[in-house]
Amino acid sequence: MLRFILRRLLQTIPVLFVVATVTFFMLRVAPGGPFDEEKRIPEEIVRKLEAHYGLDKPLWQQYLIQMKNLLRGDFGPSFKYPKRTVNELIADAFPVSLELGCYALLVALTLGIVAGVIASLRPNTASDYVPMALAMIGICFPTFVTGPLLSNYFGLQLGWFNPGGWFFPEDRVLPALTLGFYYAAYISRLTRGGMLEVLNQDYIRTARAKGASESRVVVRHALKGGLLPVVSFMGPAAAGLLTGSFVVETIFNIPGLGRFFVMSAFNRDYTMVLGTVLFYATLIVLLNLVVDVILVWLNPKLKFE
Amino acid sequence: MNASPSSALLSVSNLRTSFYTRNGVVRAVNGVSFSLGKGETLGIVGESGSGKSVTCYSLMRLIPQPPGKIESGSALFDGIDLLTAPEELLRRIRGKRISMIFQDPMTSLNPYLRIEDQLIEPLLIHERMPRAEAVKRGIRALEEVGVPDAARRIRGYPHEFSGGMRQRVMIAMALITRPELLIADEPTTALDVTVQAQILELVKRLQQELGMAVIWITHDLGVVAGFCQRVLVMYAGRIVESASTERLFARPKHPYTRALQSSIPALQSKGAELYTIPGLPPDLSKPLPGCPFVPRCAFAEEHCKQPVELMEVEPSHHSACLRVQRGEIQL
Amino acid sequence: MSVAAELPNLTPPDAIEAEPGSSLWLDAWHRLAKNRLALISAILLILLAGACFIGPLVVTNTYYEQNLALGATPPSARHWLGTDKLGRDQFVRILIGGRVSIMVALCATFVSLTIGVTWGAIAGFVGGKLDAVMMRIVDILYSLPFTIFVILLMVLFKDFEARFRWLEDYGIPFNLLLLFGAIGVVEWLTMARIVRGQVMSLRKQEFIEAAHALGLRRRRIIFRHMIPNILGPVIVYTTLTIPAVMLLEAFLSFLGLGVQPPMSSWGLLIKEGAEVMEEYPWLLLFPGGTLGLTLFALNFLGDGLRDALDVRASKD
Repeated sequence: MLRFILRRLLQTIPVLFVVATVTFFMLRVAPGGPFDEEKRIPEEIVRKLEAHYGLDKPLWQQYLIQMKNLLRGDFGPSFKYPKRTVNELIADAFPVSLELGCYALLVALTLGIVAGVIASLRPNTASDYVPMALAMIGICFPTFVTGPLLSNYFGLQLGWFNPGGWFFPEDRVLPALTLGFYYAAYISRLTRGGMLEVLNQDYIRTARAKGASESRVVVRHALKGGLLPVVSFMGPAAAGLLTGSFVVETIFNIPGLGRFFVMSAFNRDYTMVLGTVLFYATLIVLLNLVVDVILVWLNPKLKFE
Repeated sequence: MNASPSSALLSVSNLRTSFYTRNGVVRAVNGVSFSLGKGETLGIVGESGSGKSVTCYSLMRLIPQPPGKIESGSALFDGIDLLTAPEELLRRIRGKRISMIFQDPMTSLNPYLRIEDQLIEPLLIHERMPRAEAVKRGIRALEEVGVPDAARRIRGYPHEFSGGMRQRVMIAMALITRPELLIADEPTTALDVTVQAQILELVKRLQQELGMAVIWITHDLGVVAGFCQRVLVMYAGRIVESASTERLFARPKHPYTRALQSSIPALQSKGAELYTIPGLPPDLSKPLPGCPFVPRCAFAEEHCKQPVELMEVEPSHHSACLRVQRGEIQL
Repeated sequence: MSVAAELPNLTPPDAIEAEPGSSLWLDAWHRLAKNRLALISAILLILLAGACFIGPLVVTNTYYEQNLALGATPPSARHWLGTDKLGRDQFVRILIGGRVSIMVALCATFVSLTIGVTWGAIAGFVGGKLDAVMMRIVDILYSLPFTIFVILLMVLFKDFEARFRWLEDYGIPFNLLLLFGAIGVVEWLTMARIVRGQVMSLRKQEFIEAAHALGLRRRRIIFRHMIPNILGPVIVYTTLTIPAVMLLEAFLSFLGLGVQPPMSSWGLLIKEGAEVMEEYPWLLLFPGGTLGLTLFALNFLGDGLRDALDVRASKD
């Protein structure tokens, strides 16, 4: 297993290299620069700034310098927040996104798996249709529709929560629900499908023939196989939770990494953009690796290879 | 029937099971009655779709409901009606007093769980045995069914076992609680011929050691001949003949049984052309008032289309052929 | 459990020559026609698409015409779904937004069909080293954070717009093109994987070997046996792609990265609606509802198609 993980980690290096290179050149090919937007900075100062950040060197030199710094894990100074490094900015903003993501994941997994299992136990009855109809609604109304609605209704009209912000524990509720519901809907459908497939297997009949109770059949015999599709989905889902948080962070005014990223792209904050993209890429690659390890661990037929 | 009610371990009467599919109601089991004494071995023979498996799954209430439905009947096991007993009571019988082994050992073991966990599960469920002790029993059970290196292999997963070995594991699992009745649903069909014989011998040996009753479902009359004391022949969801094994082979009393026998290569003289039954079994979603075998029967007459019941035609020998019952034909 | 109808399929070999696919498709069609929800969805989608393309031509209001004096009004006889803050007719803006969504859907379908199917089919058919290399590329692309790249693409190249003004003379906003490009890049990967997997498994399957054994020519095998079998998953996956890309477009436009005003798109309308939700709730509800309804219909149709085309599922 250790070899498997090591090999996979080695494989991520070229991927991250490609990501860094593509991002670097995309940033430079794109029109505009970090110091364009503020009006009327004297030419001289702009040139000084550019020299300070090494932007006056030939592009290939900049690229090499950048890559060397990246190898050391140094994302460099931010252009827009001159006193701070990109590393510091990410370290500040990411925990917020992570916290939101964890709550949302918790909501998504609990709701999704419970609803999916319930639906799968009595297919084509009310206890199947009701959760699945809810799931369909969840899938069809994306976060940027439900978010404003929840914020308006529970925040402004009922006044149970603050409509936005990230100051008090209760501020976590609405964003986590908004983000979590959407993925709960997917997870419940996957759970139902996986469970239905497994519950029709011969070995479930064997378990019943042994006198196992219905709950034992579900928990001990069916769940492990039935949740495999959900686990495979967790890789993309976790990535989706991260990027999905862009919208939720915007709606609820949360100082997370998602908003930072979009803003820095608008501002042509080269180092910040590159830093966040690489950070996200690493995160997603690692998450996929974790998911693969869990998949092998759950399914004895698979081997680490 | 032949076993008197007092000594009967299991007595089934008028069992009817249907499946409600989109193509109509399939009457998979249509009025089946039989009984089984303690320690007796009973064979149930028939083609696929004849209702032999459904009969046994109905007894254990392992029919998926819906689409399946047990319409009527009773199955008394030690005074308990398996068909109407509360789920809780039935669970205490399943896997403890009545065990099953299945046709396909490849799919009947849970691929996600270690052999150990599956094998000792009946002990944990029914006898509340401490785990360590149960594992010891499990290893012994594996050794009994001839799994080599049992102490190590018990930690393995099903996919690491061959088909024959998996069926041995299934048997060990079914017998680990010393049941009074073993229902074997074509346990050798999916295996190689040589392995088939080994499994059959194994069950025979264990049956004698434990003195349990066995219901052996098969489409292979040859298997029945070497193992079972009594045979039920099923066709289209009904029993068409029931007799002791010797009688059934020596003097079959139903044209279908006769036809089945003629299609076993080993029973034919060398060079004789092997018989194949013409046509296909009837569609069970259509009503079949008369004898269901009529369209394929070499002896059928016009009056065979009227309703017919299973009747004793000779002592302890029942047939559902109207012409045999009336003494019109000798087979 | 062996119930009835477990009989082997006794089709004689010469039956293979006669119409192998048509009965399958006919079967699928019958199953689909019986699925009322899917049928209603299909009709709804057709009506919606028709309205989006014909509606703006018929209705006298336009999507860009402002009426600042009027401002935001609730639904009325003149403006069926009300007007936004700038007095623009919400109904026409939703229809125009629908056009954008449909174009995005068509574009993504086109890309995923051309690139994805070709890529997957070649990899699956040729196999060996080429397959390994091609799928490795897909794997690498897959592990990239694509939504992030799409966002980046949209942000960074928005300003190229000035150079492509001439496009707008032909009625094609540069932003839309950019959006199509960005979405297209992402959408062929899964399709390539699906098609390759299908081709690989089909190549090994017995009935293809049987066809080989019967001496059928390669072309015949491909056209009569493989394509009908691949088409099912491709159709089903396409119906899943369409709602996904519509959502992606709406997502980008909501973040202000997609379609720009005065052009209209559902995501943009939802964004504008969300900002003024308290005072003018209909500005959020109508575009949000339209998007939701469309996605509903697409999902139900997709589910229906999957049930209808999946031969395995029909045997239960």
